[in-house]
Amino acid sequence: MNFTNLSVGLTTYLLVGAMLFCLGLYGVFSKRNIIAVLMSIELMLNAVNINFVAFNRFVWNQKVDIHYILTGHVAALFVIVVAAAEIAVGLALVITIYRNRHSTNVDEFNWLKW
Amino acid sequence: MGTIVFFIFAILAIAAAWGVVTSKNIVHSAFYLALSFSGVAVLYVLMNADFLAAVQLLVYTGAVSIMVVFAVMLTLRGDVCDSNPENRKAGWGALISALVFVVIALVIYTNPDWRVLASPWTSGGTAQDLSLLMLTQYMIPFEAAAVLLTVALAGAVILAKGVKGNK
Repeated sequence: MNFTNLSVGLTTYLLVGAMLFCLGLYGVFSKRNIIAVLMSIELMLNAVNINFVAFNRFVWNQKVDIHYILTGHVAALFVIVVAAAEIAVGLALVITIYRNRHSTNVDEFNWLKW
Repeated sequence: MGTIVFFIFAILAIAAAWGVVTSKNIVHSAFYLALSFSGVAVLYVLMNADFLAAVQLLVYTGAVSIMVVFAVMLTLRGDVCDSNPENRKAGWGALISALVFVVIALVIYTNPDWRVLASPWTSGGTAQDLSLLMLTQYMIPFEAAAVLLTVALAGAVILAKGVKGNK
């Protein structure tokens, strides 16, 4: 598919990414359930991916070598890979902590404090 | 046409993200999360990143959301209707994230280099183009990502299940 009549500019995409990022930031700051915190982190990673793809789409010129044009896509793919690894390990940690402590409340995870 | 589709799905993604962080029921939060990921996938299609849109749907909407739902199911206790409460510092969090958003929006709007419209896209974005890039230019990070995924998934299994026969 080729949307050549795309009239939405780069700033609009960046603004969407910024909104998603700040909603995720609010979730990380304000949520009490650790799974909600992990979901908010995923939202923030998604916002970063939108920024990568938007810059790759809008700020490019045809003089660049063909092998470097899709660099933003590759960066977004690596972010997706790291996010998948992060959510897998994070949820495993959540389940392990829940098995030991019977809680998912991050305010109660203070046993490293003395 | 592209503009209408963009605004429908951008607003859908942002509204779903709002639902994720404000919903009182964490199961609803997880489903809003899947909706937000799907909206972002449509934005990728609008930016001619077809393969990334497919990966987004497969990995995020398909795998991550389901894993989150399973983790919610395994750790749920008490009343589900109040399973996603906010802590006492939520007001400060809202203030700080609003300030961060204002700063980012100011940077975006005051940078004249970014006030560009799309030029016609001719360089693909399919799996073929991306694989060419990933197996030549970015081969070392690609292999490192493969090792990272293997180690992370094995580590997740060991963390969640424990090592049998030990101790």
